[in-house]
Amino acid sequence: MDKLIVSPSPHDENYTKTTNIMLNVIIALLPAWGAAIYFFGMRVIPLTAVCIGSCIFFEYVCRQMMKRDNTIGDLSAVVTGLILAMNLPSTLPYWMAVIGSFVAIVIVKQLFGGLGQNFANPAITARIVLMISFPAAMTRWVEPFTHTDLDAISSATPLPLAGTDNAASYLDLFLGKCGGCLGETCSAALLIGGLYLAARKIISLAAPLSFIGSLFVLSWISGSDPVYQILAGGVFLGAFFMATDYATTPITTKGKIVFGLGCGIITFIIRRFGSYPEGVSFSILLMNVLTPYIEQLTRTKVLGAKEAEKNEG
Amino acid sequence: MKKLNGIKLKHRKNTENSSTVDFPVPEKVTIPMSMTMGAPCQPLVKVGDTVAVGQKIGDTDAAFSAPVHSGVSGKVTAITDYRNVMGTVCKMIEIETDGLQTVSDEVKPPVVTDKESFVKAVRQSGACGLGGAGFPTHIKLNPKADIDTLIINAAECEPYITADYREMMENPQDIINGINLVKSKLGIKTAKLAIEANKPEAIKNFTAMAENDDTIDIITLPSAYPQGAEKVIIYNSTGRIVNEGSLPADAGVIVMNVSTVAFLYRYMQTGMPLVTRRLTIDGNAVGEPKNVRTVIGTSFRELLEFCKADIDSIKKLIAGGPMMGMSVPDIDMPVVKTSNALLAFNHYDERKTSSCIRCGRCVRVCPLGLMPADIDRAYKIRNVEELKKLKVMLCMNCGSCTYVCPANRKLAETNQLAKALIPRK
Repeated sequence: MDKLIVSPSPHDENYTKTTNIMLNVIIALLPAWGAAIYFFGMRVIPLTAVCIGSCIFFEYVCRQMMKRDNTIGDLSAVVTGLILAMNLPSTLPYWMAVIGSFVAIVIVKQLFGGLGQNFANPAITARIVLMISFPAAMTRWVEPFTHTDLDAISSATPLPLAGTDNAASYLDLFLGKCGGCLGETCSAALLIGGLYLAARKIISLAAPLSFIGSLFVLSWISGSDPVYQILAGGVFLGAFFMATDYATTPITTKGKIVFGLGCGIITFIIRRFGSYPEGVSFSILLMNVLTPYIEQLTRTKVLGAKEAEKNEG
Repeated sequence: MKKLNGIKLKHRKNTENSSTVDFPVPEKVTIPMSMTMGAPCQPLVKVGDTVAVGQKIGDTDAAFSAPVHSGVSGKVTAITDYRNVMGTVCKMIEIETDGLQTVSDEVKPPVVTDKESFVKAVRQSGACGLGGAGFPTHIKLNPKADIDTLIINAAECEPYITADYREMMENPQDIINGINLVKSKLGIKTAKLAIEANKPEAIKNFTAMAENDDTIDIITLPSAYPQGAEKVIIYNSTGRIVNEGSLPADAGVIVMNVSTVAFLYRYMQTGMPLVTRRLTIDGNAVGEPKNVRTVIGTSFRELLEFCKADIDSIKKLIAGGPMMGMSVPDIDMPVVKTSNALLAFNHYDERKTSSCIRCGRCVRVCPLGLMPADIDRAYKIRNVEELKKLKVMLCMNCGSCTYVCPANRKLAETNQLAKALIPRK
């Protein structure tokens, strides 16, 4: 005891750290990732590795150039890379994936100040940029289990087939036996991952439930098949893993519900009236942009607080 | 009724079954003239004076204060300047004890006839809230508004501390008598003794004791920190909300610590002022954690040695609990009226702060519903208007937000710094 250490209270802490949270998100994504390998073949592995590797690389270089602390250790870049990979078709050329990582990490995340400061979800934005830039490559879906063929059969995603004779069965949709981006087809695995995160109190189910629920109700009212609408496309991936992103969604439960409702409504409108068959990515991005306003309107009520005094004049 | 947020802490009440041990009278005590909220006292003795147990050695004309008494008999050897853990500078009286513990003539039961004489006697006892904050008791017992409920705070929600619990186990009748004393002198109809659910023995005992008394309710508080915070305990035991800028009295309640009421009862019987106190000594550097009763002014070092602490290994010393206690800069500092615990730790992890990831944990745990993450942002850019809107002034520094932050941000500290930016009216 040379000197006693003096610091402000509290002197106790719990042991959930940022890295720990990111690690849990990675664990939660593994079932859906495993399902992707099962359905779309081994190419999923190098594609994911390219996404994660390039995200880490860009994160490192960016922080170095900005003379900031190295933040690779918090694993957030790994999460971004993994979620980005989940949002890509398994046939995508590697160099396009690298461009996606660049958009996600450099433009969306680091240029706005890094972890927690970005206004939009990096992986969603990257997916949208790639989709607009390379529409053909981004929609070359593979029929599940055909990956051993050199020329994989491309297939449509289940969404445009809704209501036709080629529509997938509920079970195939739930288990992920249909075309789509590698991480979005297996709703069952995504549900397991989402519930795992909720059980670990990493995410709240407010946004996923209001997202999926509002889409279900709107589809039902409008006469589409509501179960098909929520199982097809990227709804589960978006609802559990991207509409729950800490940095780009509201903090309060009330805000999260508003956010989820907005996502459900926009997804419905795009699917129903838009020219794109899928609207999940756009709905989340649009709601990301609205998040600061939702935050302003959904602040918590402080116990015993008086209403703010009106400014003079 | 909306449930307030709270956090689950490891209780670590290692000393809950350790009966209070009396620490022998030390050879020397050092008694600061500022141990409570309010104005510091001025010494009433000079170097060379002889003092006796219970003799008043410090007082002031300021109303918001409490006098200071000696707990030992002996000779005043020095009067020095002293800076306490809150940073307040005051005088400190050093007394060399003679070991005789001669009781002063001043010590005699006060004559109390009405509320006025009661409040006067309470001031003379030197009493303050023994839970840790140290609010002068006579001020609390002289409210401007009408009071219908007396709440006795027996939550003791901080980890480690069992000083109040031992009072409840060892002197339950003093507590009941103290409650009845305050009730009758102030004309309060009902009292609520609020105990956290992690003390089932105490809840059982008091429920049995108050069975035939419908003026005392025993309330079981949920086991979630911080139940002992004034606003939280008022809300959880009466459903009343203390509004911004108001006092508990405006909501018709007075909140008193459980050990304080027991002390008041004993003072009215014996006239012995507040010169000793019980504190829990624990922490991983302490070999034999104990509840110790000692005279105010005993040095922390002696108490730690008494509890077989490995003095050389201590890296951090906390006066109070781990959530709201103060870091002690010097191991030779003395026990004061508000010392409810002394925790010695042999490790300290330098915590690296990283970016806020906006996970919202701080918002989910704040018992008052504040948004520490937003306050942190507003503080960074010194946005005073936004800080006002976020009601940072209401933060009671319970530390829950810092405790749960995965990015190690010192949010509770930021709240206190942010308060300083807001001009006082």
